[in-house]
Amino acid sequence: MARLWPFLALLALALLLPLTGNEYWALIATRACIYWVLVAGLNLIVGFAGQLAIGYVALLAIGAYTASVFTAGTVMEPLPAFVALGIAAAAGAVAGVVVGLPALRLRTFYFAMTTLGFATIVTQITLAWQDVTGGGIGIPGPALPAPMDTAWGFYYFCLALAVVCTWATANLARSRFGRALVAIRDSEVAAEASGIAKPRLLVMIFLFAGALAAFAGGLFATLQTYITPDAFTFDLSLLFFIAILIGGRGSILGPLLGTILLTLLPEVAAPLAAWSTFLYAALLLVIVLAMPGGIAALIDRSSRRPLPEDRTIRPRAEALATLIGERGERAVLSLRGIVLAFGGVRAIDGLDLDLRQGEVHGLIGPNGSGKTTTLNVISGYYRPQAGSMAIGTAELPVGQPEGRAGRGIARTFQTPRMIGEATVLENVMIGATIEGRAGFLEAMLSLPRQRAEERVMAERARLALEAVGLAGLAGVRADRLQHSELRFMEIARALMLRPEFLMLDEPAAGLSVEEIKRLGALIRAVSRRGVGVLLVEHHADLIFDICDQVTVLNLGRVLAAGTPAEIRVHKEVVSAYLGA
Amino acid sequence: MLASILASGLAVGAVYALIGITYNTMFSTSRVMSFTAGQLGMLGGVFGSLFILRLGLPVIPGLLATLAVCALIGVVTEIVAVRPVLKSLDQHLYVLSTLALALLIQHATALEWSTEPQPFPRLLGLGAGIWDEKYWLPVVACIVTILGLEYLYRYTLVGRAFVAIAEDNFAARALGLPERNLRMASYALAGAVGALAGFSGGQLLLAFFANGPLLNFYGFIPVALGGLGNNRGAVIGGLLLGLFQQAANFMVGGIFSSVAVFTLFIVVLLARPQGMFGAPQARRV
Repeated sequence: MARLWPFLALLALALLLPLTGNEYWALIATRACIYWVLVAGLNLIVGFAGQLAIGYVALLAIGAYTASVFTAGTVMEPLPAFVALGIAAAAGAVAGVVVGLPALRLRTFYFAMTTLGFATIVTQITLAWQDVTGGGIGIPGPALPAPMDTAWGFYYFCLALAVVCTWATANLARSRFGRALVAIRDSEVAAEASGIAKPRLLVMIFLFAGALAAFAGGLFATLQTYITPDAFTFDLSLLFFIAILIGGRGSILGPLLGTILLTLLPEVAAPLAAWSTFLYAALLLVIVLAMPGGIAALIDRSSRRPLPEDRTIRPRAEALATLIGERGERAVLSLRGIVLAFGGVRAIDGLDLDLRQGEVHGLIGPNGSGKTTTLNVISGYYRPQAGSMAIGTAELPVGQPEGRAGRGIARTFQTPRMIGEATVLENVMIGATIEGRAGFLEAMLSLPRQRAEERVMAERARLALEAVGLAGLAGVRADRLQHSELRFMEIARALMLRPEFLMLDEPAAGLSVEEIKRLGALIRAVSRRGVGVLLVEHHADLIFDICDQVTVLNLGRVLAAGTPAEIRVHKEVVSAYLGA
Repeated sequence: MLASILASGLAVGAVYALIGITYNTMFSTSRVMSFTAGQLGMLGGVFGSLFILRLGLPVIPGLLATLAVCALIGVVTEIVAVRPVLKSLDQHLYVLSTLALALLIQHATALEWSTEPQPFPRLLGLGAGIWDEKYWLPVVACIVTILGLEYLYRYTLVGRAFVAIAEDNFAARALGLPERNLRMASYALAGAVGALAGFSGGQLLLAFFANGPLLNFYGFIPVALGGLGNNRGAVIGGLLLGLFQQAANFMVGGIFSSVAVFTLFIVVLLARPQGMFGAPQARRV
């Protein structure tokens, strides 16, 4: 409830606006509402998914022209305004995906560049395709039927749409979709390991944001009553983009305030109109260099609240019983003859390995012996040149890191991969993203199944945090945690999947002696619930304390394999690695 | 018609290639793709026109003054928009900071210079028809730049230091190379190359503030297709792009040629994200 009041206050102000009786204000406020319809969708792309879509004015233009062309009847019999707006939204959704395609595979700068190029091209087309768009002379915008045909009627209509967009995007932001978007932004690798398929998710968001932007374009054409290519300058793109950055990433309220602010700015500073783009650009530079958190960071007091005094990590193995349950059949993850070479270096050279459920399997060896590489092969980040992997009798395909979570394989990383701007609880919930059944629409409208699912997930995430001993930090932003806490948080995220196999990459690195002891007990307890744990570690004591099986690698080959007792006295291992 | 397609295609292609080299020169020492590359090309035309037509300087001093001013702007870019965000390269803040600076440059030019295309002086008064200097000057500038850069990178100490920094920043610093100064020098060099692109292509593109974003985009395509940091790829890509664009221009008309270029760009990148001549991405895990 506390989070709602700024929105309600804004809404109250907006509803009271007609009392001024000044139609000029109706125009400005309507414009702010229309911009927000576009920015609300764009916010999911820029603010949540972190994709720098700069040229979104192109989608506004596409929507405006599509709606106008179909109501003006330059190509066919005029259609009713709302049908035309629907067509515009559909066209925008398609265009949104086309512009977004490069973001699925390419680095950030490319996407920024293609959206920019797209914006240039759309303007050129609107100018040159005269029979349809009217060229430089322009075309009348769609006229809405009564009661939306007066200034205030249209204002209320746009305000209602703005409210719906705020609600829908806020719902999405709080759902597994919103969390997955932030995960892609902050740590793509962790997102993949949790089974989040970036292309599918982004395409959905591009469809949604494109449709909203083009719909806003249709309304924009109505508001303008007459549109020419001049109405869609790059300055508008900049306004949308900067509104989100001023507002702050991963926030709904911030960009909303940013949009209102930037819409009002030219009105209150009329003499500066010619310099407005220059000012926007200067503002952008200042934000990037001086306050990357934006308005959202300024108004977020919880991130400055001190953390609890006593932060000892106390895992509670009892919670694992409810969290993971009991495994019946015990399966084996087996690697046969794996070979992986980087150029001339054979990082793994014919490796066989059997990881049994219910056991802790230690993987040790000197630096460069291929331990982490093996882990990356199993989790699909590296594609071996030869060899095969299987779980039981089912083959485990090489590659496909985002398919591993679905096969019950979870992992942690040598350097913890956290989603810094999300809370610890949200970080953990990412681990079970693939179990979500409620669809995109259900999440957007916050339907019962979605809400029930969210409750179950949050409950399970709390349980996982309790199991690793971080229950007290559930609501804290992950980037405020210490290194050791991040290590345990990653384990909680992996446990959230209720994995069949868990792979830990040097989980004890950087932990205190006491913490290592607790970590050992936790790993042991996890394996006793029937999870197969593969443990890459340098702490020999930990390995010999908790492992059931140990494999020693050297130069990509198995130097020795057996029980800890056998390995400890193995002559070559002692001389090559352990030391006398 | 074929002759004029070739002449104008190679000319604009050479300009695109030079802008591509501008991108690459900045990228090599800083791992930053800067939106200011196209603006430097635009400024090459504007300052050329300013110095030679408005202030009446002879051609050679006019060229030198243009190069110097743009080199200075390159250095300013490094100080204002690149250095502060290098610490967090993975957050891609450089996209925003260099975009902001590029827009500042563009709008300052629009307000202080003109919002209309201004004439660019005839430099040598040589050639006519398809052998007009406006067609071959960019090609000559491109060849001179490539040869100059090859000489710099292969035979001079500073050039080798550039290469070292581009290859392995940490190792280069550990060897005691003055990384920051070299980075500033490379931005100055990039500024001069960008200016040369705009100056040599000035008679084709005129002195127009809105050339910036166009050059940004069309100069980026050869870089993306040729692979980041690969100058040879940028030149081949730039010339091919120029020819393709002009051919499409003559045959199907202006708008559809930009649509064709855009489509080609996206399709090629989706098929080969690292570019035609680039190496696959580094490992991430």
